[in-house]
This record gives sequence, C-alpha cells and structure tokens, in this order.
Amino acid sequence: MSEPRKRKKSTSPAFQSWGRYPQLPATLLPLYWIPQSPLNDLAAGPKLPVGMGRSYGDVCLLENGTLLHTVHMDRLIHFDPATGLLTCESGVTLADILNFAVPRGWFLPVTPGTKYVTVGGAIANDIHGKNHHTAGTFGRHVPRFELLRSDGNRIVCSPTANSDWYAATIGGMGLTGLITWAEVQLRPIVSRKIDYHGTKFVGIEEFVALSQSSETSEYTVSWIDCVSQGKNFARGIFMRGDHAATPSRLRQSSDPKLTLPIDLPGFMLNKYTVEAFNALYYYKQFTREKRALIDYEPFFYPLDGVLHWNRLYGRDGLLQFQCVLPFEDGQHGILRILKAITSSGLASFLAVIKTFGEIKSPGMMSFPAPGITLALDFPIRREVSFDLLERLAYITVEHGGKMYPAKDARMSALQFQAFYPQWQEFARYLDPALSSSFWQRVSAPTANGLLGNIHV
Amino acid sequence: MYKPYRRPTRIVVLGATSSIAMAFSRLLIAPNAQLSDTHFFLVARNPVKLESVARDLLTRGAASVVIEAVDLDDTAAHPALLQAATNSLGQIDLALIAHGVLGDQTEAQANYAATAEILTTNLLSPISLITWLANYFEAQNDGTLAVISSVAGDRGRKSNYVYGASKGALNIFLDGVRNRIDRAGVQVLTIRPGFVATPMTAHIPQGPLFATPQKVAQGILKAMQRRKDVAYVPGFWALIMAVIRNIPEGIFKNLDL
Repeated sequence: MSEPRKRKKSTSPAFQSWGRYPQLPATLLPLYWIPQSPLNDLAAGPKLPVGMGRSYGDVCLLENGTLLHTVHMDRLIHFDPATGLLTCESGVTLADILNFAVPRGWFLPVTPGTKYVTVGGAIANDIHGKNHHTAGTFGRHVPRFELLRSDGNRIVCSPTANSDWYAATIGGMGLTGLITWAEVQLRPIVSRKIDYHGTKFVGIEEFVALSQSSETSEYTVSWIDCVSQGKNFARGIFMRGDHAATPSRLRQSSDPKLTLPIDLPGFMLNKYTVEAFNALYYYKQFTREKRALIDYEPFFYPLDGVLHWNRLYGRDGLLQFQCVLPFEDGQHGILRILKAITSSGLASFLAVIKTFGEIKSPGMMSFPAPGITLALDFPIRREVSFDLLERLAYITVEHGGKMYPAKDARMSALQFQAFYPQWQEFARYLDPALSSSFWQRVSAPTANGLLGNIHV
Repeated sequence: MYKPYRRPTRIVVLGATSSIAMAFSRLLIAPNAQLSDTHFFLVARNPVKLESVARDLLTRGAASVVIEAVDLDDTAAHPALLQAATNSLGQIDLALIAHGVLGDQTEAQANYAATAEILTTNLLSPISLITWLANYFEAQNDGTLAVISSVAGDRGRKSNYVYGASKGALNIFLDGVRNRIDRAGVQVLTIRPGFVATPMTAHIPQGPLFATPQKVAQGILKAMQRRKDVAYVPGFWALIMAVIRNIPEGIFKNLDL
C-alpha cells in the first residue's frame, strides 16, 4: 500500500485528477485539432485521452504514458435550432455548451455537479445527474459520435450503426479510442430559473419515502449529514427542482469570480469543522419545507462558484467514494456505510444521496443502475482513509452494488471484477495503444476468494 | 484621434486558425443569440483547420464566414487577397493580423536562411498586409488595424532575439503607421502578449506567467474598446517589460534571459 505523504519536495505532475490522488508522472500532449492521422503517429507508447481532469481518481491518469489532452478541441460543428441537436468537438465543455445554448432557449440533457467537464469525458464516464430517474445517463442523449482508433480507423457510432462500439465507448473510460466529435441532444427551456422545493428529513427511510413521492420532479438529490449521531443521524435535505415554466430572460452566465488560490493546510478539514459545516447547511433552511425560484447555477453547480475548491483538502488531496446499492436491502446497506464512516472518525464534507431510476444506461460499462446511490468525499489521512474505503467497498460488494470508476482511486481488481462482471467482454473493444492507471489496476489478474483485507 | 467604440461587424482575420485569433473571433459574435450580424473573411494556410474554424463561428452565430486558404508568406498575392476580402464584406471594420512563427533560435543563429524565414513570416508578410490595409483604412477614414506582436519585441535577448527582432521591427513599423493614420480616425493597435498557451509554446513547460488564448482575446477586445495604441496582454506584462527595458545594457548583456 503506497502512502500519499511519502512525497519529496513536490514537483507536481503535468496533469492531476480532481482528487489529486494519486499523483502520477505523465507527458501531456495537447491536441489542438481533431487528428487527421492515426493516434500512434502522435506519440509512441501507451496513451490515454483526457479532458478537464474532473474525475477524482485515476481513470484520467496513465503513469509514464502520454495523455492526449482534448480541451483545445473545442469547436462547435453544427446546431439545429429547431431540434436542439448540437454537434461539437469532444473537448467542448458543458460550460461552453451552456453559454451557447441557454441564450437560445436550450439546456443540457443531463449534467453532473460541475459544468467543467468535456463532452468526451461525459461520454467516457457516462455521467449522470439529478435527473437520472427521468432522463437516464448522458450517453442516452448522444445519438452519434466518432471514435478514432490508434491504427487510424474512424468509426462513427450510434445505437444502430456500429452499435457494439457505441455501447463499449459510452462509459468506456476513454479506453476504446479517442472520441473526436459527438452529437448532444439538448432540451428546451424558457427560463434560467429552477422551481425549487426542499424538504428536511431524518433517516434513510424518510429519504426513500420522499424519493418515491417525488418521482415526477425532473431533478431530485439530497444532501445528507454523515457526521451527526443520535437523533440527528442521517438527517438531510431532500431537494427537488423543475425548469420554471414562466418565461424569463435567458442571459449568459458570467465567469466565476472566486478562486481558491492556495492549498489550505490539510487539517483545516477535520471532524469539527465538517460537523459545523453540516450543521450550518442543515439550519440554512429554517423550516421543514422551503419553496423558491432559483437560478440554475447554484442549483446544479454550487461548488463551481469557487474555482479549485479541491484545494480545500490541502496538498494531499481527497478520496471520493460513490456506490449504488440495489433497492432490495439497499437502505440497510446505506445505514451500514454511514455507521462505518462515523465509527472511523473520518468526516465526509459533502455527502450526496439519490435514487437512480429504471432507465437503462446505453453503455456496456455504465455505472448507474436502479437503486440508491451515495457519494462521499474524505480527506486523505493515510491508512485510516484507505481502511474506511476498503470497508465501504466490502459493504458494496455484500449488497450486490457497484462503485463508480470516475470517483475511485482505490478499488481492487477483485472488487472491480465483481462490480462489472462484463469487464472481459468490454476488454475486447480496448484500443491496444490506450490504457489508464485505473485500468491497469482493476484488470490485473486476481487470486481466488478474498475480497481484500477486511475487518468489519 | 478619439472615436467612441463601435462593435465591428465586418472582420478580416489573417492567421485565423491561430489560438488567439480563434478565441478573439468568437468574442466578436453578438452575445445576443437573436442578432446575427457579424461577417468574417478568414485567411490561413491549412484548409481543413480553416473549415473547422468557419463552422465553429457560423454555429456560434456569425452571419457569414468566407474562407481563403493561402500561405501569407506570398506577399505578391496580398493586394488581390485583401481586395477580395473588401468585395466579400462590402467594407472592412476590423483587420486582425495574427499569423506568426516562433522559429528556432539556435538554428537561426547558425544559419541566415532560417533567420530570413522567420523575418519573412513575422515581419515582411505583416508589413505587406499593413501597407495595403493602412491605405485602405486611411481612405475610409475609419476602421481598426490590430496586429499581434509580442513582449519579445521590447528588448533583444540571447534566447530569442531573431523572433524578438521580427516583433520589435513590427512594433516600430506600427508606431509609424499609427502616427500617420490615427488622425484619419483609424485605430492602430499593437498587441503585445506575454506567454500564451498555444501550439507555438506547447513545447515549453508552462509556468504561472502563461495565459490562456481566451484571456488574451478578452484583453484585445478591451484594448479595442478603450481605443488603446499598445496593449500588453495580460496587463501585468507592461510592468514586467518596463523593468526589463530599463535594465542598463551593461548589466543586461551579462544576464541569461
């Protein structure tokens, strides 16, 4: 087990993931244009296409390899104002799309909690958002894209043409080839505003009941307090939102003004500060029910307002954990996870819980599946953090759930292969020149039996 | 001569596939999606790249984009090219000259032919274009001529003096042109970017002094709106270069810059 603090005078690698753990040396090769030549002509050795680096662990890292940096491939190709179908290069970010689309009365079909991700990355991780129960994953709204292979082969993929490559590439973690351009089906809006309705809850049962009674709301998500115990255990705020139906001015968002310029010392985020933050967050809403008309920016991207918020965690970075547990016995599993966190003494700054709906993901390796999903982040406190993650992974396995590669830096090959039994089928579509540190870890041969070192 | 800023809508971009030119062109498109009144005439060498830039601008709301793939080193072709641009746009409100090469200093030191190539692309080609455009704008009594130079033109340094000389000479040429046609109501804007993260500098390790092309593009637009003559972008380079320019030569010649 490697220790994150075993670092000499820091020379930051050329590219870091959002969690800033692990830090792995690699060569960054910016792609300014859609390559006209085979990927193998661009650089020798193993390669990996990467975008904004907003995945947390190592799906966007390749130790000692070449990272094909796509963010300069940011040109729009076509837009049909009648249907809302946008065609763009894969390095276009969701923020770019919003700047373009909102003034024209269109919005993203699916958005994660940050708009600073590329279209290519959104497809490669088949991202999901607060509307998973009504819209499914991002990949469902990508009718077509082009895949460029290391041998120069160009494959235009859709649900009907090259459908096997389509399925392998959506959620394929960038390993099947370079996505050069894609179509994104936008959805219409008449206002920037979101009709918001928040409800305070205490306990997982109440959360599940609220989820069931709120299925007609387009967006639902909950913040949950993972620190408090006793009568406040698993308290939270259930948030619903719908695009406002009353037309209002569709201006463009302004750039964020705040940026966290320096790393805070790691100890700033400790049990007490996190507890205080969680209490503040809970009491920000005074009454049990709150209704308001709010702008989409704070509703979808509360953290994007502060650039580089990951520096809150100090230089050692942070670990993310996101699992989905099937509804059957899922509540019990979530309770076990919350209890494992409280007993570890670690505190999750922001914990988010949501139910995924029945809509099937188009990707072979897509993460979302029907059930309850929980996302947590932890500061890295050496073995304590790793042990906790190991325990959470174990609970996830026991409950027949799975973990999200885009938010992982630690899952073992055995765990991954249990979560994604179709991984060998997927491996047939890998581009021989592409790899990632994540993939090298989780596709390693496994010994029979043991799911890691567990002490539950 | 002071004139209030009017948003240009008929624009010629020379070196239109450069990162700074692409970012700047996008800024010129009306932010109001319902208003589509920006017309572009784009010139660059590579037709495939040019086509993708044209599509980008059209998709983002440009009213029309005409592209012309030529090598701007061919100065003899400039008058016909610029006449074609004028015919296509009706008239020119803004011309941006954005093409250039960094060149290889080591090679240029050893070999005059390499130096001549840099001077052709970075100096003679722009001078040929500026000559035509200055006369055009002067006759029109209106317009903006914006040229991307570099902070490297402020002082010769051993690491980069061939590129620096091309930009330094360009600066002086532009000063003279401004002195001549500003009084006709023409803005002559010398843009001096510092380090910008573009293909030109992709091989250099990027430090905190590097700016994005988007940031530089915003700086250029602001300088146009304020009707500046010379604009360092980002602005802090004005300070850095003031220091660099004022180091006595006796000391400077012994520095490793």
